[in-house]
Amino acid sequence: MAHRHEVIVVGAGGAGLATALYAAREGADVAVITKLYPTRSHTGAAQGGIGAALGNVEEDHWEWHMFDTVKGGDYLTDQDAAEVFAKEVIEAVLELEHMGLPFDRLPNGKIAQRRFGGHTKDWGKAPVHRAAHAADRTGHMILQTLYQQCVKHNITFYNEFHVTDVILEDGVAKGLVAYELATGELHLFQAKAIVIASGGFGRIYKVTSNAYTLTGDLQAILYRKGLPLEDMEFYQFHPTGLYPLGILLTEGARGEGGILRNALGERFMERYAPTIKDLAPRDMVSRAMYLEVREGRGVGPKKDHVLLDLTHLPPEVIEKKLPDITEFSRIYLGVDPLKEPVPVMPTAHYAMGGIPTTLWGQVIQDEKNTVVPGLYAAGEAACVSLHGANRLGTNSLGDLVVFGRRAGIHAARFAKDADYHELKADHLGESRERIERIKNSTGKEKVAVLRAELQQSMMDHASVFRTGELLAKQVEILKELMDRYRNISIEDKGDAYNTELVEALELGYLLEVSEALVHSALNRTESRGAHAREDYPERDDGNWLKHTLAYKVADGKVAFRYKPVVLGRFEPKARTY
Amino acid sequence: MQVTLKILRFDPAKHEKPTWQTYQVEAEPTDRVLDLLHKVKWDQDGTLAFRRSCGHGICGSDAMLINGKNRLACKTLVKDLGSVITVEPIRGLPVERDLIVDMEPFFAAYRAVKPYLINEEPPPARERLQSPEERERFDHGTKCILCASCTTSCPVFWVNGTYLGPAAIVQAHRFIFDSRDRGKRERFKALGSGSGVWRCRTAYNCTEACPREIPVTQLIEEVKRAILFDRF
Repeated sequence: MAHRHEVIVVGAGGAGLATALYAAREGADVAVITKLYPTRSHTGAAQGGIGAALGNVEEDHWEWHMFDTVKGGDYLTDQDAAEVFAKEVIEAVLELEHMGLPFDRLPNGKIAQRRFGGHTKDWGKAPVHRAAHAADRTGHMILQTLYQQCVKHNITFYNEFHVTDVILEDGVAKGLVAYELATGELHLFQAKAIVIASGGFGRIYKVTSNAYTLTGDLQAILYRKGLPLEDMEFYQFHPTGLYPLGILLTEGARGEGGILRNALGERFMERYAPTIKDLAPRDMVSRAMYLEVREGRGVGPKKDHVLLDLTHLPPEVIEKKLPDITEFSRIYLGVDPLKEPVPVMPTAHYAMGGIPTTLWGQVIQDEKNTVVPGLYAAGEAACVSLHGANRLGTNSLGDLVVFGRRAGIHAARFAKDADYHELKADHLGESRERIERIKNSTGKEKVAVLRAELQQSMMDHASVFRTGELLAKQVEILKELMDRYRNISIEDKGDAYNTELVEALELGYLLEVSEALVHSALNRTESRGAHAREDYPERDDGNWLKHTLAYKVADGKVAFRYKPVVLGRFEPKARTY
Repeated sequence: MQVTLKILRFDPAKHEKPTWQTYQVEAEPTDRVLDLLHKVKWDQDGTLAFRRSCGHGICGSDAMLINGKNRLACKTLVKDLGSVITVEPIRGLPVERDLIVDMEPFFAAYRAVKPYLINEEPPPARERLQSPEERERFDHGTKCILCASCTTSCPVFWVNGTYLGPAAIVQAHRFIFDSRDRGKRERFKALGSGSGVWRCRTAYNCTEACPREIPVTQLIEEVKRAILFDRF
């Protein structure tokens, strides 16, 4: 079947819905393609808040937010992006409130705000209340509110459609191919503008806060087509994943006063970040936790994790402001945070890198910022680059509304002046062939086995700490896994809801994004933000104050180009807290 | 421990009607039912189809009937069920394949109550003010993840497919009692109709089924009262 819409958005998370909504408000005919049902997307898992210098609790300025974002990103953040962001996120939060988002309130009726990692006043002097929140389900509320508005605007949704191809002809984005899960049918979508907002890929790792469905599909599809992925080496581990599952426990818990302790009961963050302690940025806290474990001060029979202590907080703060994580802890661990500390360990959480874009979400294809006409990206799938080498907590929700809105507005205006393109070829063929090959294969390799090997090896060789030796080993493992991937077979040969086929396709994407990540990490011989090389422990601004663009040139081979970091107000300085 | 997992299977291409299939799975007491379904799918039988996404109870994808009750597979642990576990699709929506049902009738009811803030007054430059007490008034409804556990546990919904169902009424409640909203009369049209709240027989199945501990029946009663008092 064939469909036409002026603007087609891939993904129905926060970024996709914000994009769709603002494009619709511009008067465009908008459709959203999602491989889930709307409201199932992982924005709903974001807990703690959305940072904006509203100044509702204490003095705050967008310039302080911009500074924190740049410093938090270890100066790899593009400062033009950080400036646009810190200013516009204030307006975006107020617009969400006007749309009905149920923020928590202060006694004077204004939106409530709390502290979060890396957010400071007076250029780093002390923590600041900047995270606007709705209990510990701020992401859930954003996702629901944006979906409610999409319902109000009658936006078309293609639910449970799995995009298998982006049609690029003559250097122009013309449409998409998608596999309808209910029927097994392939659909052709023609669009004047396409916005990729399909989220991250935490499922390359064994321990992750990410949904099973976060498999980097569209990053991999564009990468296969020769478009670059930017700064893939920077992958964030969130310090407080519930041990051993990796389910997220919000940084807001530390924002409310929670403390990390090692086996000796020490508040170890005092040694690593004396000024803001447990509210240091995530990369620093995750590394500190690993070091505590490595030096024998870990907790538990395997001494492999630490504790998040909330027991000194008033019970009503925990019950009212952190109800969901309290429930997770009780259900999955049988631990009551009111009475005993919660076992935690770093968990794979967020891709700072992704599809490179301009400040208006236009996808770029090289170091000269040449745009691909009609192609946009926003949210975690994209890299503008706001988060640089490490994202501050709450800046993901801010990113997806600010840059989702910008991508939606620009895509709608672009579409207004554009025509639908003629398609030169039968674009369904390639997808059909890939699907048939998997369905008809008699190979002996199992998807679940390969995926588990990938996830374990990425954990062992390319997680919080890296070395050249480990990364080189992972390059070889990935080559072998890709070879074996050609011999996968599946049992389900049916057409209706063939979820086994979908998992097989997703494994292919996981392998591709892992390749881009590992090669980029091996290539960058310095330590910056979330990329900690033990063989190159120092930040090296002389050689590496630049963005990586990774290109797939052949199976197992990756080429690099570089883009300068956009500097401005803030000179790179040593990053201490 | 060994767990016997009985799953109600249905493939429209193969089966006339749903049939039970039994699997033996090695499980830890702390495993989620979702983990068991994955063990079956990944190690024993790739053709088993079910929905899931987040895996910890906040996306609402994996509502199913587990040992006779509506629950989320990712929030239900083996130790709370015992060594024989039955899994079926939620009831009252057309089964499309195995544990996957057609959610469209559920979302059609959701859309019918206008589940979005209605307020045409020009917004202020800053936020609309709302006291913590006004915010608390509708807090329960904001927890809803649209998993359909409540609606598909409701006997009235099973019998009368046109009933809006508990989830849609909870969504309406969330806005009716929001001090910023001006649209309750518009919502009352659907809610007060023959398919609306008066169908509710107060069976409490919805409240028992809700994985987010929303007092669904209470919220439905509050909507009934809001409609009644609006008439006088």
